Amino acid sequence: MAFRSVKLPDIGEGVAEAEVVAWHVKVGDAVREDQPLADVMTDKATVEIPSPVHGTVAALGVEAGQMLAVGGELVRLDIGGEASAPEPRATTGVDVSADVEAAENAEAGQPVSELEPAADGLEPRPPIPTSPAPHAEVPGEAGPRSTQNRGASFEAPLRSAPQSLPRTGSGDEERGRLQPAAGRRSNPLPSGPPRPAGEKPVASPAVRKRALEAGIDLRQVHGTGPAGRIGHEDIDAYLSAGDEPATATPVIGRQPNTAVEEIKVIGLRRRIAQKMADAKRKIAHFSYVEEVDVTALEELRAALNTRYAATRPKLTLIPFLVQALVRTVPDFPQMNALYDDDAEVIHRHAGVHVGIATQTPNGLMVPVLRHAEARDLWDSAAEVKRLADAARGGIAARDELTGSTITITSLGALGGIVSTPVINRPEVAIIGVNKQMMRPVWRDGAFAPRLIMNLSSSFDHRVVDGYDAAMFVQAIRALIETPALLFMDS
Amino acid sequence: MGEITTKVLVLGGGPGGYVAAIRAGHHGLDVVLVEEQRLGGTCLNVGCIPSKALIHAAEAYHHAVGQQSGSVFGLTVEKPVMDFTKTVAWKDGIVTRLNTGVAALLKRSNVKILRGRGTMVDGKTCEVETDTGPETVRAEHVILATGSVSTELPFLPFGGRVISSTGALSLPEVPATMAVVGAGYIGLELGTAFAKLGAKVTVVETADRILPNYDAELTRPVARHVANLGIEVLLGARATGLSASGDALVVETGNETREIPADAVLVAVGRKPRTAGWGLERLDLDMSGPFIRIDERCATSMRNVWAVGDVTGDPMLAHRAMAQGEMVADIVSGLPRAFHKVAIPAVCFTDPEIVSAGLSPDDAKAAGYEIRTGVFPFGANGRAMTLAAGDGFVRVTARADNHLVLGIQAVGAGISELSASFGLALEMGARLEDVAGTIHAHPTLGEAFQEANLKAMGEAIHI
Repeated sequence: MAFRSVKLPDIGEGVAEAEVVAWHVKVGDAVREDQPLADVMTDKATVEIPSPVHGTVAALGVEAGQMLAVGGELVRLDIGGEASAPEPRATTGVDVSADVEAAENAEAGQPVSELEPAADGLEPRPPIPTSPAPHAEVPGEAGPRSTQNRGASFEAPLRSAPQSLPRTGSGDEERGRLQPAAGRRSNPLPSGPPRPAGEKPVASPAVRKRALEAGIDLRQVHGTGPAGRIGHEDIDAYLSAGDEPATATPVIGRQPNTAVEEIKVIGLRRRIAQKMADAKRKIAHFSYVEEVDVTALEELRAALNTRYAATRPKLTLIPFLVQALVRTVPDFPQMNALYDDDAEVIHRHAGVHVGIATQTPNGLMVPVLRHAEARDLWDSAAEVKRLADAARGGIAARDELTGSTITITSLGALGGIVSTPVINRPEVAIIGVNKQMMRPVWRDGAFAPRLIMNLSSSFDHRVVDGYDAAMFVQAIRALIETPALLFMDS
Repeated sequence: MGEITTKVLVLGGGPGGYVAAIRAGHHGLDVVLVEEQRLGGTCLNVGCIPSKALIHAAEAYHHAVGQQSGSVFGLTVEKPVMDFTKTVAWKDGIVTRLNTGVAALLKRSNVKILRGRGTMVDGKTCEVETDTGPETVRAEHVILATGSVSTELPFLPFGGRVISSTGALSLPEVPATMAVVGAGYIGLELGTAFAKLGAKVTVVETADRILPNYDAELTRPVARHVANLGIEVLLGARATGLSASGDALVVETGNETREIPADAVLVAVGRKPRTAGWGLERLDLDMSGPFIRIDERCATSMRNVWAVGDVTGDPMLAHRAMAQGEMVADIVSGLPRAFHKVAIPAVCFTDPEIVSAGLSPDDAKAAGYEIRTGVFPFGANGRAMTLAAGDGFVRVTARADNHLVLGIQAVGAGISELSASFGLALEMGARLEDVAGTIHAHPTLGEAFQEANLKAMGEAIHI
């Protein structure tokens, strides 16, 4: 049986490692040349890795969600063209499944030696449903008699000529040398879940180790031994059962639902989790909320949208806010800055690169409106729309997703009355937009209906003082309340 | 300043660290092990090994003393003489032999040993103050195995006559009076040993019974022997400090305050992870209480930084650290491994000894199991009688539905050796029928294990 190791190719961008976010194949699958094997994700882009040859998947290098170095083994393919189900073979005098042998090859310091630690037998993995298959011992009932049977099966010759196992160590002695129990019986495997939810599978250390190395989740394996114990023969049955669908037991009436879905935090969600946790751990956030009268601004926006409905992009609030930021930042350079807290250096940027927090089907992304100071209202509006569409469509380029110096977050009508935005580290400020509400406001001796909106902004108190933050927000407010100021070139 | 680049750096040469290093060496990896003090850690130098030596010597002396007035089997001895200097030398000799043994094993596995205090600079770099100057070690993988230290009481700081277990194991002579604060296994093991060597021992414990981590049924035989040895046990009592004159321990029991004269005050109130003094603060690892948080692969929150042993949590036992160390070395070499052990047996080398592996009946009930238990007393075991040690029992807890053995506890003379078969039964997923159906040699203490399983099935023969 010949193996071909598929390494993680250099996927550019100068990345040294990438996360495997999804597998398209599993151990035992036959793959054709150019069939996608896995999706890997670098900083933001996701790349499909195709198979270079025809073959059968013998081992996966990492689990979905793990990092793999460029050049590390992604998949090992058996290109000998044998059937995927590992059949007991007599070549070495013992019955060793392909997976076990693969693991042994790994032990022998062949290519997999630099493999990521992977495939933990009790970790959840893509469920491989078990199914009726010609197989093993009668489940359940077992007394001293069955103990005796078990004893007998262990009398089979346990030792074989040393294979390529140069090292010593008691753990190694055992591996793969136990015969699967002799004599297959014809009782079908029990259907349904192997054991009640939450119950640990019972198996000897040797069986547990074999399962780990073959990438088998023991929770999915029926144990046919006494007390539901999983033996080597159960692993054999599981491996040869393939992926025929399990037959579900019909249930009548209402049943307690004890299902717990485990969702691995991988890919973009993991990145968001790490970024948010970093931001919250490192930054001393404080939030400042101010009420802004947007009546005039909204009148202007409506007028502009009506006037240019046919010829220009529709204006939202964001481009106005961007203009306000661009005009405010020169007086508050400490707000448009990146704080490198490891080096303890603040980088104040002259250019205003506004991150626009955008909800996408995959989660939060922050595309960047570059050099807002060089764009007019319409240009900003067009670019914000293009970026949001690109992010939502998953086609945003890497440099469209990095390099912001200050961020705006807005949930529009869902904006609520107050929010406490998390700063997009290493930035030092984030401007949050809350919803607009028509409210009675005391003006010139009478209540007047005014369109009011809150701005909830957070600042990094390590480098921004409360006074400056307040002054900064007040400056923005002044511009928005008298929008003509936005267009004054002083 | 020297600089070393290696695949694996192991910080700490105790059971977790040295086993990880040896195993990684077997895998052909470049390994540097950093240890400031002697190899073997707490276990080998100031824990398991020297304490067991002392306990054995004390036991032998105590037997001899008891036989001055004759024994059940007719032996009478003259007044025995204990040359404690030789006892200490013998104990130290064992420790030295094992130190050398560990060093030889490491060398044979091509592990580079760096002597000196190591301080982590970041997740890949360690600075080591060696005798010949500072060395910087850069490693792809770091295995933290920094162990634990005795917990100090603020009102009884170590020094002078206030000693930790480490101090108790290096006493040059047997103190005439000794107060032990804490009736956990360390306090009781050492307190018993010194009582057997002739010290007047008083044990002070805040809980309402000794060995509060074990169930009352298990600790009862130990409490009886402790009383027979003339050890005074003050329960529900709180040590508050040394007396004004400094030669007695002040203890509050209920409303009463007592002064217990003590040439030595052994503070054995537990151990805490060694998380200071080696740069942990610079790694910013996620913690779990006072311990470094690890997952089932001993991975910390930082990639390629692993942690094993006492610094990662309870139970703080050498064999747990060793198993973790071995596993991490396998993982670092690229093998899929996870720490899925059914049981980590724990042994108290008290008199008599206690072994606990797996769940106790109360644990099992709390975990929601319907259980059946079987208890077999050593009083009905022939071998125990011939050893004049009939106190104690073996107790098995199994699931009521399928008889899977969930836990095994025992108390009795010399039963620490039974921990091996208890652990094996649990790891192999034995049912009551499996243990009951295994021939246990006669006459041995192990028969009580088989009989306890039969008893749980309602089929005991000898009771």
